[in-house]
Amino acid sequence: MQTFRMPDVGEGLTEAEIVRWFVEPGEQVDVNQIVCEIETAKALVELPCPFEGTVAQLHATTGEIVPVGGDLISVETADEPPAREPVLVGYGTSNEKPVRRRRRPTTPQGTQSPEAGPPGAETKPVRHGGYEVARSTEERLTTEQPRPRTKPPVRKLAKELGIDLAAVDPTGPGAVITRADVERAAAQRQSAPTGSEQIIPVRGVMRSMAKAMVDSAFSAPHVTEWLDVEVGESLRLLDRLRERHPDHKWSPTVLAAHALVTAAVKHPRVNATFDAEAEVILVHPAVHLGLAVATERGLLVPRVANVNTMSLVQLAGAIGTTTEAARAGTLPPADLTGSTISLTNVGVFGVDGGTPILPPGQVAILCLGRVVERPWVVNGQIAVRPVVTLTLSFDHRCVDGQLGSQVLSEVAQFLHDPAVGMAG
Amino acid sequence: MSELLQLLTPEGQRLHHPDYDVDISGEELRGLYRDMVLVRRLDTEAHALQRQGELGLWPPLLGQEAAQIGAGRALRPDDYAFPTYREHGVAWTRGVDPVSLLALFRGVTNGGYDPTDHGFALPTIVIGDQTLHAVGYAMGVQRDAGLDSPPGSGVISFFGDGASSQGDVNEAFVWAAVNNAPVVFFCQNNQWAISQPLSRQTRIPLYRRAEGFGCPGLRVDGNDVLAVLAITRAALDRARRGDGPSLIEAYTYRMGAHTTSDDPTRYRVETELEQWRLKDPIERVRAYLLRTGAGDRAFMDEVDQQADDMAARLRQACRDLPDPAPDAMFAHVYAEPQDLVQQEQRWWREYLGADHG
Repeated sequence: MQTFRMPDVGEGLTEAEIVRWFVEPGEQVDVNQIVCEIETAKALVELPCPFEGTVAQLHATTGEIVPVGGDLISVETADEPPAREPVLVGYGTSNEKPVRRRRRPTTPQGTQSPEAGPPGAETKPVRHGGYEVARSTEERLTTEQPRPRTKPPVRKLAKELGIDLAAVDPTGPGAVITRADVERAAAQRQSAPTGSEQIIPVRGVMRSMAKAMVDSAFSAPHVTEWLDVEVGESLRLLDRLRERHPDHKWSPTVLAAHALVTAAVKHPRVNATFDAEAEVILVHPAVHLGLAVATERGLLVPRVANVNTMSLVQLAGAIGTTTEAARAGTLPPADLTGSTISLTNVGVFGVDGGTPILPPGQVAILCLGRVVERPWVVNGQIAVRPVVTLTLSFDHRCVDGQLGSQVLSEVAQFLHDPAVGMAG
Repeated sequence: MSELLQLLTPEGQRLHHPDYDVDISGEELRGLYRDMVLVRRLDTEAHALQRQGELGLWPPLLGQEAAQIGAGRALRPDDYAFPTYREHGVAWTRGVDPVSLLALFRGVTNGGYDPTDHGFALPTIVIGDQTLHAVGYAMGVQRDAGLDSPPGSGVISFFGDGASSQGDVNEAFVWAAVNNAPVVFFCQNNQWAISQPLSRQTRIPLYRRAEGFGCPGLRVDGNDVLAVLAITRAALDRARRGDGPSLIEAYTYRMGAHTTSDDPTRYRVETELEQWRLKDPIERVRAYLLRTGAGDRAFMDEVDQQADDMAARLRQACRDLPDPAPDAMFAHVYAEPQDLVQQEQRWWREYLGADHG
C-alpha cells in the first residue's frame, strides 16, 4: 500500500482544500490519472496519482483542508514502495490531522453549494494532441463559465458568508469581484425574490452549433438577398413524382436542392471555401449538400455527398435517408461535416424567410420558406397562386452581389419552371 | 513579406513561399514529428511530477512545440542558444538530457549540465536577461572571427511577449543592431505574460518593433514547425554571414498555465483555448504525414511507444536523483577557491555537525 500525500503545488503553500474526488475506494487507478481537485490560495489544481493500483482509502472528504504533507489517498499497488518520499511534501506538517472546515451558513434555497460538485458529474479526460493533460467533469468542460475573478481574501469572505461568487456582479477594474460586491450580495440575499434563473448547460450538438455560428457570423461578411417565386409547376411536378416513385418523400426541399445544385455546378464560385489565412478561395470539385435538420438534440447539418452526379430520383432518396439518419442519430461523424453548400427549410415551421448564417467554411446557403397561396399577377390580372420566398446568404469575400443575385434568380426560375430548369 | 509565414496549414495543407521555404525529406519530417511528440510527453510527465511533489515548479511548453523544435532544429552544433526557463524543446534539440531539467526544477542542482557541451546556456529565470547575454556572446563570436570576416556561427536568444516590454530586451536590440551582432532574437509570442494579454504589451505587432531598432522583423506561424524552421534558418544564415541581427516573432499560444503555480482559468476563457486547439502544432504534421504517405499509423504508434518509454524512464530517473550535499552551494560561487567562501563553508559544516538540541 502506498500513500500519496498533499504536495506543495504552488511554491511555498502550507495547505489546500479538497474540492472534489474523481475516484472512490475500490476503483482501479493508473499512474498520472487525475484523482482529485484541490483549491490552494492560488489556484484550482488537479492532482495526478503517482501510483497504479486499487484505491484503498481517501483520507479527506470534500471541503476538508489538508496540510501539505497530509495523507490524501492510499493505493494498493503491486510494486515495491518507492525508496523515498517525494521531496516537496511534509515540511514538518505531516503529523497534523486534516481539519474539518468550519461549516458555512446555510446556502440560499435553489442554489447549489459550490463545494458539492455537480451530482453524478462524470469525469472525462481532457486531451490535447493525443495526451491527457487534465481531467474534468462534463460540467466544467461544457458550460464554459469563466471562474469569477477575485482575490483570495474576498473568495474566503464569500465562502464564509455562503455567497456563490458566480452570482455576484463584479464592479472592480477588469471585472474583478471586490469585497464590497460580496457584502452587497450578502445584504441583498434577504430581499431577493424567490425563484432563480433556469440554468441550461450548453453541450453536445447545441454547443457545436453555438460555436459554428459564432465562428461564421463574426468572420464571414454575410449578405442576404431574397425573392418570391410562383411554384405551381413545381407542385404539379412533385405530385406526378409521388405517383411514379411512391417510395420517396417528394417535398419542395428536393426540388430546391436540385435547383441549388444545378446553379452551383454552373457557378462553381458559390461551391467554395474562403481561406482568409492563406488568402485563397478553394473551389470544390464536387458538390456536397449540407441539409439543416432540426433534431431532438439540436440543429444538425448532415452532408449529402456528390449531389452533382445524382439524378432527381437519386437525390430524393439520398435526402430522405440522410435526414432520417440525422434525426435518429445514426449518422457517422464524417457525414456531419464536409458539406460545400447548404440548404435550410424554414417553411416547415410556417415561416417565409430569415437571414441564414453560413456554416463555417461555406460561402452560400439557401433558405426555403413555406409554400403559401398569395395574390400573384398573371398576365396583368391578379390570381391566387402558390408562392414561396427564397433567401440566399452568401460570403461577400467570395461571392459578390452580381453572382449571388444570379444564383438566387436561377434557383427561382428553376422552381417556377422546373422542366426548363432541368434542361440546364 | 506577408503578415504571417505559413508553410503548413492547421489542416495539414502544404503551402510554399518564394523567399522562405524548406525542401524537406520524409525522414526529416518524421524526425520533426517525433521531436514534437516526445517533447510534449516530456512536458506532461514533468507537469505530473510537479503535481506529485517531485518538482518544485514546472513551466509547461504545451502548444509551443513547433516554435521550439523548428527553431532548435535550425541551429548547427557550433551555434549557441540562450533560453528562458520554458525552452525544454530547444534543450531537447541541443542534446540536453531532460533529467537535467528535472534536476533543476527539483532544486537539486543550480544547473545540471555544462552549457558549452551543448551550445545551450542555462535557463534564465530573470525575465529577458538572456537577450543581453546573447548579444554579448554574439559580439564575442564576431570578435573571435575578426570584425572584417563573417562570424561563421550564429547566436539565438529566446524570450516571450511579456519580456518584449523589458528594458533589458530593448537594450539588447539596440546593442545588437548598432554592433551588427550575429544574433537572432526569437520571440515566442504565446499571447499571455502570466495573466497579462498581449494587448498590455504592445500597440503594434511585435515583429514590427525591429524596424525601429534597425533590423529586419519577421512573423511566422509559431505552430507551424516547417515555417519556423525555414525562417530561423534564414535568420541564422544572415547572422553567420555577418549581415547582423533579426527579430522573429513566432505567433503561438501557451495552452497550459504560466507555471504550475498559476491558474489560467482565472483570467482567460475556454473559447480562446478551443480556437487554438484547432491550430495544434502536432496534429497538422500528423495529417500531412498521413496524407502524403510520408508516415503511417505504424510509425505514429512507434513514436507513441517511444514517448511512453521515455516518460517511464524520466519518472524513475527523477525519483532517483540524489540530494546534493548540504554544503554544495559553496562549490560553484567562484571558479577558483576564495578565502571568504571557504571560511563560510567551514562554519556551515561546523553548524551542521553541532548538536542543536
